[in-house]
Amino acid sequence: MAEFTLPKNSKVVEGQRYKAPAGAKRVQEFRIYRWNPDDEKNPHTDIYEIDLDACGPMVLDALIKIKNEVDSTLTFRRSCREGICGSCAMNIDGTNTLACLKPIEAVKGAVKINPLPHMAVVKDLVPDLTQAYAQYRSIEPWLQSETPPPPDGERLQSVEERAKLDGMWECILCFCCTTSCPSYWWNGDRYLGPAVLLAAYRWIADSRDEHTGDRLDALEDPFKLYRCHTIMNCTETCPKGLNPAKAIGEIKKLMVQRQG
Amino acid sequence: MPDVRDALSIGKRSDGSLVRRPLSPHLQIYKPQVSSATSIINRVTGIALSVGLILMVWWLVAAASGPKSFATAQGFVGSPIGLILMFGWTLALWYHFFNGIRHLLWDIGWGFEIKTSHQTAMIVVAATVVMTVICWIIGLAVWL
Repeated sequence: MAEFTLPKNSKVVEGQRYKAPAGAKRVQEFRIYRWNPDDEKNPHTDIYEIDLDACGPMVLDALIKIKNEVDSTLTFRRSCREGICGSCAMNIDGTNTLACLKPIEAVKGAVKINPLPHMAVVKDLVPDLTQAYAQYRSIEPWLQSETPPPPDGERLQSVEERAKLDGMWECILCFCCTTSCPSYWWNGDRYLGPAVLLAAYRWIADSRDEHTGDRLDALEDPFKLYRCHTIMNCTETCPKGLNPAKAIGEIKKLMVQRQG
Repeated sequence: MPDVRDALSIGKRSDGSLVRRPLSPHLQIYKPQVSSATSIINRVTGIALSVGLILMVWWLVAAASGPKSFATAQGFVGSPIGLILMFGWTLALWYHFFNGIRHLLWDIGWGFEIKTSHQTAMIVVAATVVMTVICWIIGLAVWL
């Protein structure tokens, strides 16, 4: 259900400030959401002043610098630092993106960093993605075919058939789009959300997959698919430049077309 | 219906005891986008149109019931408050009408690119303003 305010235990209060080292010339403020299950406190915003002359260009560089040099308790996910693993997805300056792909200089004023929106927080910037992963599993994201592959090779596609998958196979499942979607905020218990629907369409559009009908049957549901109201926050926020809103539109179109 | 996501708010402290996890901020921190703004305005105008319909129906029924009841209704509709409400209603009508067309285009699979969706948003807003103004020029010219 839609609850526009945060529960009492989730209200964000002011935290502490970590001053920049003396002599720092280009000081940038980072306002970072903190919550630790071990201290009985509400989430709070800590402010870290960082000298940009001694820091890499991306927001992830600053987070790593803070963890290494200022406050080792700061908790976040990261791995590849080049936009291919999807671990460092978070809300930076009001929109979801990957910290490793977001230049610090692209933000005006203080850099505000929050976990992905409307998710249960494990610690600091780490959200619990269990629900999103379970939903991904539910669309059976693998090739399903009754016809055996040719004995002498692979299942072939024409260039045109393969081109239909462009813009979908690139998804890294960072869930920036899903957690940007107000419909997912209010109805994420039953609505699958843009990332999972994009993945569903990736298999629906695959010429080698023979379970298109079953896949559409599974999505024919007032909540799983039709909670999408084309708000398009998903497409606006995708750090990989993909278009989940269009993929969902294509699924809705197929639903109508197959009724004949 | 209970929300299955409630189960995810059960976390553990380092000593293994249970703790209620917070929900990360959403509306409070998410920057409004062109797309999300035009979407929420579509909702709001839809609700406003439905409520405003009560006023419209009252006005029309009064007009059909005779000069005395029409004078009462017209007295309110023609008052400053009534005029503001009517202006808001026409504004909501045209916005909902044009954004509805935008939704129909999405339904046939057109206009999902970010650039196109921003352009169509601007067209909706411009067309709303133009049509509302034209409506009121004609309306006031006939009335006054």
